[in-house]
Amino acid sequence: MMADPTAPIITPTRVAAALLVAGVVIAFGFSANNYLLQAGTTLAMSAVLCLAWNIVGGFMGYPSFGTAAFFGVGAYAGGILQDAGVPLALAWIGAAAAGAMFAAFLGSVLLGLRGHYFAIGTIAVVEVMREVANNWEGLTGGAIGINIPILAGSPREVGIFFYLAMWALVAATFALTAAIAHSKFGFSLRCIRQNESAAHMVGIAVFRAKCAAFIISGLLISLAGAVYASMVAFIEPKDVFNILLSIEVPAMVMLGGAGTILGPLIGATIYILLRELVWVNFINFHSAILGIIIIAVIYLMPEGLVRRFHAQAWSKLTKRSPSQSGAGS
Amino acid sequence: MIAQYIVNGILIGSLYACLAVGFSLIYGVLSIINVMHGSFVVLGAYITIYCTEYFGISPLIAALIGCGIMFVFGFLVQRYLINDLVTAPIFITFTLTFGLDLLLNNAMIQAFTATPRSLTLEYGSITILGVSLSIARLGAMVLALVLTGLLYWLLRHSQMGRAIIAVRMDHHAARLLGIRVERVYAITFGIGTMMAAAAGGAMATVFPITPLLSGVFLGKAFVICVLGGLGSVPGALVGGIALGLLESFGAIVFGSQWSTTVGFALMILVLVVRPSGLVGRKGFE
Repeated sequence: MMADPTAPIITPTRVAAALLVAGVVIAFGFSANNYLLQAGTTLAMSAVLCLAWNIVGGFMGYPSFGTAAFFGVGAYAGGILQDAGVPLALAWIGAAAAGAMFAAFLGSVLLGLRGHYFAIGTIAVVEVMREVANNWEGLTGGAIGINIPILAGSPREVGIFFYLAMWALVAATFALTAAIAHSKFGFSLRCIRQNESAAHMVGIAVFRAKCAAFIISGLLISLAGAVYASMVAFIEPKDVFNILLSIEVPAMVMLGGAGTILGPLIGATIYILLRELVWVNFINFHSAILGIIIIAVIYLMPEGLVRRFHAQAWSKLTKRSPSQSGAGS
Repeated sequence: MIAQYIVNGILIGSLYACLAVGFSLIYGVLSIINVMHGSFVVLGAYITIYCTEYFGISPLIAALIGCGIMFVFGFLVQRYLINDLVTAPIFITFTLTFGLDLLLNNAMIQAFTATPRSLTLEYGSITILGVSLSIARLGAMVLALVLTGLLYWLLRHSQMGRAIIAVRMDHHAARLLGIRVERVYAITFGIGTMMAAAAGGAMATVFPITPLLSGVFLGKAFVICVLGGLGSVPGALVGGIALGLLESFGAIVFGSQWSTTVGFALMILVLVVRPSGLVGRKGFE
């Protein structure tokens, strides 16, 4: 996929494929019933979160479990702005800005940490943010949550609006991911993943690149959170600062293939399909099934679907030597 | 009044130390973050509660039975579910234990329901210099401290303890010396699980326990281990008591609803300023 960096990014085949997907998505939106429309919107939201997470967790290789923190910040920023009478589009822009600032602050603090410490730090941020949202009643309405004005129009029109808005966000995020993957910036991120010290030695501005990736990722996740908040018109801390979201998103990306361009999209699609087809029938075993999926992906396919079916070269490259597979055997 | 807060802080802090020490040991030796730790605590608490209430066994014996069962459970989980991936990157092992935890926790909610249960022991309380102490909680504290101390002693003086420390220092070299590393990993995981169960048994005398609390216990283990230094037994003791005191006094200063947040905020601060923890990480205990 990234074998030849000089190859043009935009080829006729890819344009045709993109137009085809866009056509299918739009046609689906106008013809689907309410349930399918909602599932399609959920899928789009998951795809945005996965693509955004992939920039930090995939390209850069930093195990971030902070997705829910950005999602919640975006949802609350957007919701609070809308409640203050700010128009929808401006509220979303405000939420994106809030997410970017939050990411800049967090990144400057947490990106000095590596491995386990970074993972623990990002989880702690989710917990802290949820408690802050629960207890800062003056701003967030506390544990009761806040209501957000519902858009004018019939439920169906509103549904289609949010469906298209979310898919537009998918398109933008996907284009950005592809651009990053083929840019010098993306190359820096991959260097950081492989060996941070070496990346520093060859003259990559490591900390700046890490912060930039974190901010882009945080901005996109917050934006998705704001769109979600406007759509559901009611948010509460335990819903938007949900640690499960922080683990679902990496699991979906891993299913598709972390660090690839298409992986997050494919992972999100399969995961949401599985959820809609299987989980709805086992409501009491929701998290157990999620657990089984995670375990199965890790055991059977840690490199992700995209790589498994894409290049033979990859499997040779990552084939584990016996000394690495068993417990340090 | 202040004395009462200090005593309460130390009481709960000792339980926290016991809760965190297993988590810390597993991190130190296997270098994985065990997300199941909170669920292990809850499971240990349930075994203690059930044995006490249905079989009428003394709570101390019940807690020890819980420890035994959980040791075997932890041993088997590591041997058959985690061991193959123990050297995989942190992201993989973390996500794996998270997946296992989702499964375990869901099973516990189905089996025990989410209704909180507690171990009510009518042993009365004593008052020393105006500080009131419940005998049951005092007993829980003693159990927690004795087990933590015993673990520390065993790590330094028993053959298996020294093997664990050797694997921790360098598992390649340990293998060359004839130590069966996989076995040490599994035993270490079993011991960590056992300590979680002991902490759970002790916790049951203080808090009503429900499977929904596993995330809270895991969060406490995170905070304590980072405060004291990930991977060290004395660090867990210092971190546990520090957190107990912090929560006790944080409740006065900020109000009790903020106590979790204060702990996590302090943890992020320590992570950034002094990632090796308050006690440092020089020893291999």
